[in-house]
Amino acid sequence: MEFLNHFGGVFEPISFMLLLVGTIGGLILGATPGLSPTMAVALLIPFTFQLAPTQGLILLGAAYTSTVAGGAVSAILLKIPGAPANIATSLDGFEMAKKGEGARALHLSFLSSGVGGIIGVLLLIFLTPLLAKWALAFGPSHLFWLAILGVTVIGSLDSKSFVKGLLSGCIGLWLSMIGYDDIQGAQRFIFSSSLTGGINIIPALIGLFAIPQVLDMFAKGRRNAEIETVQVPKQSIMDSARELGRSGRALSIGTIVGSIIGLIPGVGGQIAGLVAYDQSRKFSKHKKKFGTGHSEGVIAAESANNAMVGPSLVPLLTLSIPGSPTAAVLLGGLLIHGIFPGTDLFDNHPKVAWTFINSMLVGQVLMVIFGIYTATWAARIARAPQPIMAAAVMVLALFGSYSVQQSMSDVYIMLTLGVGMFFLEKFGFSAAPLVLGLILGPIAEANFIQGALISNAQNGPLEYFLTGPLNIFLVVLVIASVGYSFWTNMLEQKETTLEAGAKS
Amino acid sequence: MKTLIKTIAIGLSAFALSSSSLMAEDYPSRPIGVAVSYGAGGATDFQARIVTMVAGNKDILGQPIYIINKPGAGGRVGWNWFASEADKDGYTLSAYNIPHFIAQSIKGGVSYSADSFEPIANWGEDPAVVVVGKDSKFNSMEDLIKFAKENAGKVTTSGAGLFVGHHIAALQIEKACSCKLAYIPTKGGGAAAMKAVIAGDVMAGINNLSDAYRAEKAGNIKILGVADLKRNKEFLPDVPTLKEAGLDVDNSSVNYRGLMVPKGTPQAVIDKLAAQVPLMFKHKRVASKMSAGGSPMNIMTREEVQKMWAAREATLKELLKGL
Repeated sequence: MEFLNHFGGVFEPISFMLLLVGTIGGLILGATPGLSPTMAVALLIPFTFQLAPTQGLILLGAAYTSTVAGGAVSAILLKIPGAPANIATSLDGFEMAKKGEGARALHLSFLSSGVGGIIGVLLLIFLTPLLAKWALAFGPSHLFWLAILGVTVIGSLDSKSFVKGLLSGCIGLWLSMIGYDDIQGAQRFIFSSSLTGGINIIPALIGLFAIPQVLDMFAKGRRNAEIETVQVPKQSIMDSARELGRSGRALSIGTIVGSIIGLIPGVGGQIAGLVAYDQSRKFSKHKKKFGTGHSEGVIAAESANNAMVGPSLVPLLTLSIPGSPTAAVLLGGLLIHGIFPGTDLFDNHPKVAWTFINSMLVGQVLMVIFGIYTATWAARIARAPQPIMAAAVMVLALFGSYSVQQSMSDVYIMLTLGVGMFFLEKFGFSAAPLVLGLILGPIAEANFIQGALISNAQNGPLEYFLTGPLNIFLVVLVIASVGYSFWTNMLEQKETTLEAGAKS
Repeated sequence: MKTLIKTIAIGLSAFALSSSSLMAEDYPSRPIGVAVSYGAGGATDFQARIVTMVAGNKDILGQPIYIINKPGAGGRVGWNWFASEADKDGYTLSAYNIPHFIAQSIKGGVSYSADSFEPIANWGEDPAVVVVGKDSKFNSMEDLIKFAKENAGKVTTSGAGLFVGHHIAALQIEKACSCKLAYIPTKGGGAAAMKAVIAGDVMAGINNLSDAYRAEKAGNIKILGVADLKRNKEFLPDVPTLKEAGLDVDNSSVNYRGLMVPKGTPQAVIDKLAAQVPLMFKHKRVASKMSAGGSPMNIMTREEVQKMWAAREATLKELLKGL
């Protein structure tokens, strides 16, 4: 209960002001396309040079929590996921916004972010020693199977067609191989010099999600003399809160999946949202509604990606291993003040450690308040005429892709992928499985190579990859997941043939 | 008064210089970018942000320096970009990591070599160290080498990648003990390699002194040896060098970090940077932040770095010949 003793630290005038600045700034940075949470936190590091350690960390912690939630704003309103964490949010969130329910989607996304986030930080506070062991339990073989488990989700992520989902997943896996291989340094599929760096995930996200939609808007704009404008009905916050209460299942699946996956170094943050989305659809009574603007999709995705924030810091704070790029940047913020995470942090600087953790707790609450406050007028974007909207999204897409590493190559890649995806969508393919392939490819590959190298020095790959309780557990999950997909697919086909039969 | 003298002095020297170097007189007139070939949060990124933080001071460069991250493929992506696309006007610098980029250029497949770049100055010197998990049965280099000799190719040893300092150290150790390790390159740099050691995925690891020092303080690992010519007095006075442990390993794997510009940058700009940048590295605020973070410094001037690059290139060519 030591954290309670340090709650006062958060409410000291300067600290609280920094918390406000970090939260509001984080929401804005997070909502800016192309600025991932990692970049946003890295941008703030120089400011912490001048601050006391506690204050600096409050700023960074608040920014981290609120950028992750802020990413939902552009994902919902513009269909530009700010970071991989927000991909799943845009699947249903943008559909809701198109129907004029943007405010509702934003309310739900901030509320579920808050719930997930607070539970995640509480886990960090109470279960850290236990969680640290869990974070270390994942070696290369387990991460490989985990990535494969993610691949099995690909087929079911696309609600329209199982086969097309798998196909676009394969395209994503292939795209992920382009560039230098990260471990051996071999060059693969480098058709043009723009591709030497491989495909950076942020420009890819922008291209795959935003560009097809922009092209669609342009294509429609001329033909419809009267440009469709969406009515944005008033959405009361109480209604949203009540709706969240009714969606307990999606909320708890999101929070649990996010917390568990968030712990695993190097994997968690990117796929927590997508896995939670997929799981809550499998367990939902309204499976068919997912992808058409169903609120449970937003709730699961957003509670997962904020639940991940607290646990993702466990390896950093206890073992001094940054488990994610953002954690690595936070590590820098500690090191410049001569504070080493690990036992040193909690034994010798308890005030720094606990004030930082508490600030993330308070930060979650502030984030919900400011997020909801802005949601109502942010959602009015949907009323903007489509040609203007398309132009604005285009500008943001270009800026966002360029700003990641100040590189025109990223802009070309973004545009190419975007145009390609526009045509693929015409054939019924969708972007989400493709992106999942793009994210999981490198994780599966790198861990497989590493595991193979390690196993060669031991008793061979079969034993290394297939023995041990965690390996077996994951393999069983993989088989179950594949089986489930096949089974539901067969069932659906039967239904459609039955229906077709009934009609004739 | 002081500024007045300075202004006059600058004015006079400008007068004396030819017109082609007039540009250097204004230089720098806008902020300067430093490309880091590794991701945000890595050791190189973190140190680059610290050592450049006083660039905006009047007596240093008078313009701030900002960091651009261009990570990928162990640094190849960033340095490829720097060699082929970066502007040669002194407003784009890059951080170098020796022996990484020289070793990569010797192995081929990249569009740069040591001749593609002009060094400005060196700020850091981070030796590779050999580490094992805290519960490992190995308590000294001798234990580890004895085991490796009896079990050829069984000692799984993690490091940040292929042809980076860690890998060079592993190759040198193998050569020195005429035994075989199983070197495991990781994706995700030194942090991932360290995690593999702490979690017990591998039996040993080669990592940066700065990161290992932190992990040891946190009680997660044991440090068995330093791949350098002398012990590190500031951070690890009790850890022997590999030489002391009977292995003929020199300092070829030490990770030197510094700033460079692409070849073709005006000489006057290079001269100005070479004069001012060491002052920036020596600034006392930089020194205190670097030392607090456990990052060893070694400030070297342009001439010293040129010699060091040449020496490294020669040893690395020799070492990598058989591979």
